[in-house]
Amino acid sequence: MEIINLEGTEDTPKIILDKDKALFEISGRSLPEDAAEFYAPILEWLDKYKTAPNVETNFSFKLEYFNTASSKLILDILSKLDNISGARVTWYYHEDDEDMEEAGEEFSELVENLPFEFKSY
Amino acid sequence: MKYIYDLHRIMLRQNLILVYEGEFTQEITKSVLAMAERNMDAFGEEASIKRKVFNVMVECLQNICKHAESYDTESYGKNSAIFMIGKHNNEYIITSGNAVPKDRVKDLSARLAHINSLDKEGLKELYKEIIKNGELSAKGGAGLGFIDMARKSGQKLRYDFEPINDALSFFSLRTTISRTNS
Repeated sequence: MEIINLEGTEDTPKIILDKDKALFEISGRSLPEDAAEFYAPILEWLDKYKTAPNVETNFSFKLEYFNTASSKLILDILSKLDNISGARVTWYYHEDDEDMEEAGEEFSELVENLPFEFKSY
Repeated sequence: MKYIYDLHRIMLRQNLILVYEGEFTQEITKSVLAMAERNMDAFGEEASIKRKVFNVMVECLQNICKHAESYDTESYGKNSAIFMIGKHNNEYIITSGNAVPKDRVKDLSARLAHINSLDKEGLKELYKEIIKNGELSAKGGAGLGFIDMARKSGQKLRYDFEPINDALSFFSLRTTISRTNS
């Protein structure tokens, strides 16, 4: 399966999606002008991945900041993961960033089955 | 040339650390954010407060990029708007002003009044409801910007509308971020 490897910029996150190496990670800042356009390839990738996923999919979110348009797309990603068996999320937040911790908790409440683990750094 | 001195004095009096007036684009948003970040870094602002200010700035600036209306007169240029940050002893004040079509004023007022009527839990519920059921608008907005600003601020949003002409009103919005840790 193709590998997605995007370098982070000042307004878009670093994204690695690599099925063979079992790397699934979004990190950094997400405030693109057009969040739907930016995340479209990620959602397409997950649709393909869903047809033949690994036994385990541990998806990491290590976001420093995201805007509200991105939050909608992050929920779309989580909703896709919610339908992949063996998928779980590790939600990283900076130890003094209560807002990011709370954001992760809220996302976890918005999906059905997807397990969340919270880790501070 | 006295207006330069006057403007300078107004900025000092209002403790404005950054004022931008003109066209708003994503590139300009990034520059304004970088300037404000450097400014806050320079006097060692606390990370948690810096993040909240950054957060409110992004929503505010991207709202302007998406929704500020161009004035009809050419001299005003494209989606001309104003954005300011004031730094006081106890708080940051993030202010924006831009033209909106008159027929949007009623809806905007109602939405802001509703947001201001909610407490912390109410805002959280509204946020979750919209993120779950809302669609991105044609302009790419999630309809969550004001709610997010109110949540990060923890205080009421202040707003005002001034008539510009028959078609447009000037929409001012003011968000406060406390510098004393809650």
